[in-house]
Amino acid sequence: MMTPQRQRILLSHRSTPALKPHVRLQYDKVRQAWALLSPEKVFWPDDVSLDILRLCDGTHSVTQILEELSMQYDAPIEEITADVETFLQDWSDRSLVAL
Amino acid sequence: MSETVLPPIGMLAELTHRCPLQCAYCSNPLELLKANREMATEGWLSLFDQAADLGVLQIHLSGGEPTLRPDLETLVRRLSDRGVYTNLITAGVGIREGRIDDLVQAGLDHVQISFQGALATTTEKIGNYRDAHFKKIETAGKVRAAGLPLTINAPIHRHNIDEIPAFIELALKLDAERLEIANVQYAGWALLNRNSLMPDRASVERQVNVVQEAQERLHGILAIDFVTPDYFAIYPKPCMGGWARDAFMVAPDGTVLPCHAAGTIPGLVFERFGEKSLADIWHASPAFNAFRGTDWMAEPCRTCDRKEIDWGGCRCQAMAIAGNAAATDPACIKSPFHARMAGLIEEATISGQDAFHYRRIGSGVTNHAHNAAETVES
Ligand code: SF4
Ligand code: SF4
Repeated sequence: MMTPQRQRILLSHRSTPALKPHVRLQYDKVRQAWALLSPEKVFWPDDVSLDILRLCDGTHSVTQILEELSMQYDAPIEEITADVETFLQDWSDRSLVAL
Repeated sequence: MSETVLPPIGMLAELTHRCPLQCAYCSNPLELLKANREMATEGWLSLFDQAADLGVLQIHLSGGEPTLRPDLETLVRRLSDRGVYTNLITAGVGIREGRIDDLVQAGLDHVQISFQGALATTTEKIGNYRDAHFKKIETAGKVRAAGLPLTINAPIHRHNIDEIPAFIELALKLDAERLEIANVQYAGWALLNRNSLMPDRASVERQVNVVQEAQERLHGILAIDFVTPDYFAIYPKPCMGGWARDAFMVAPDGTVLPCHAAGTIPGLVFERFGEKSLADIWHASPAFNAFRGTDWMAEPCRTCDRKEIDWGGCRCQAMAIAGNAAATDPACIKSPFHARMAGLIEEATISGQDAFHYRRIGSGVTNHAHNAAETVES
């Protein structure tokens, strides 16, 4: 059998990020916090991460996510772009977000 | 006791000790429970309800071989109804046609399949099961076809440590998301077979290089988790993330334990679910409180700045090698028994032992000292 060459997926502004199937954001009543459940690991995203993750719904493009966050945070797009891009690339590399 | 007890996040449910494989590295206890000692469906369901109420978010369904329980779908469905993330840890053989799909229907989230070798001959030899490799590959295919994320677990020892590049190839070929290169933890059957399993220093050093190179090369393509070998370490691992800190395990008969090998520590009494509620056991069991937090520590841990990083390491390893469960884990360079632990590597090398005591119900040598496991091998 030939091994198909799997490639690292790189972020582009046309990507429409979504949580991977079987990764889910869930409110935990016991700890009163949002938990991100994934294979073998539980994450506790902070408020900023949560705002980004909530926009990862498969319909918003990266450009739209940036516009939305820039409104929510009342910050110019140029100021937040690098951080948001790094976040999304990192979460894609960890198999939590599909780009 | 002064430590605040936080709710547990994870639970390892060993649904059964029965298993078609007979891996010599198995971390199950030598005294394996027969089917008639297993908790019934109702017991597990009520345990899972209480676990969810208590704050458990993720349950690893393991064994033995968990798919030998005909009620697995029912158990998975309950967990999924309660929003608990389910991870099936399977050997991947003997699973009937359609079962993976049924489990997915019931709400299963993720599957981890163990491969005893990257080559068919190794897998068959270690697990003592004909065609095991081929069957595992088939199961992996079904998991991916059903759209579930897949982890390949590779338990590493002398007999497969040189197959790591092939394990990486295999994981890519099976379209796994993660590969766990997990050096065997010498507990249970693995401790009994230590001399026949322990790799030598040169192989371990080679392994570290191969894994690090692959982790860089495959960044964003395949996640490689590396469980390093304790006997070659400088610092211990935080066993189970710290004794009774955020996870626990349950044996097939419902006995609730802080870790796999906790039963090897003399003087600790472990309670069974049903006789007590899970909340009671988690909060008030003297065995859970015995090594919780840092109050129990003596020197060198007591004044060490890593004490909340590794929690003093593994209690069962301290028991097995230092002869005292409250001692610093001998994997730690600051332990007075560190040299003794390293000596066990040489002992294994010069022992010339290579044959296995295969894991079978009723063939465990009782009263043999055993120690702890940090991760789950199935
Ligand atoms: S002395 Fe104890 S706390 Fe410090 S590194 Fe060693 S095991 Fe960990
Ligand atoms: S390691 Fe897993 S597959 Fe092997 S005998 Fe033990 S339970 Fe079975």
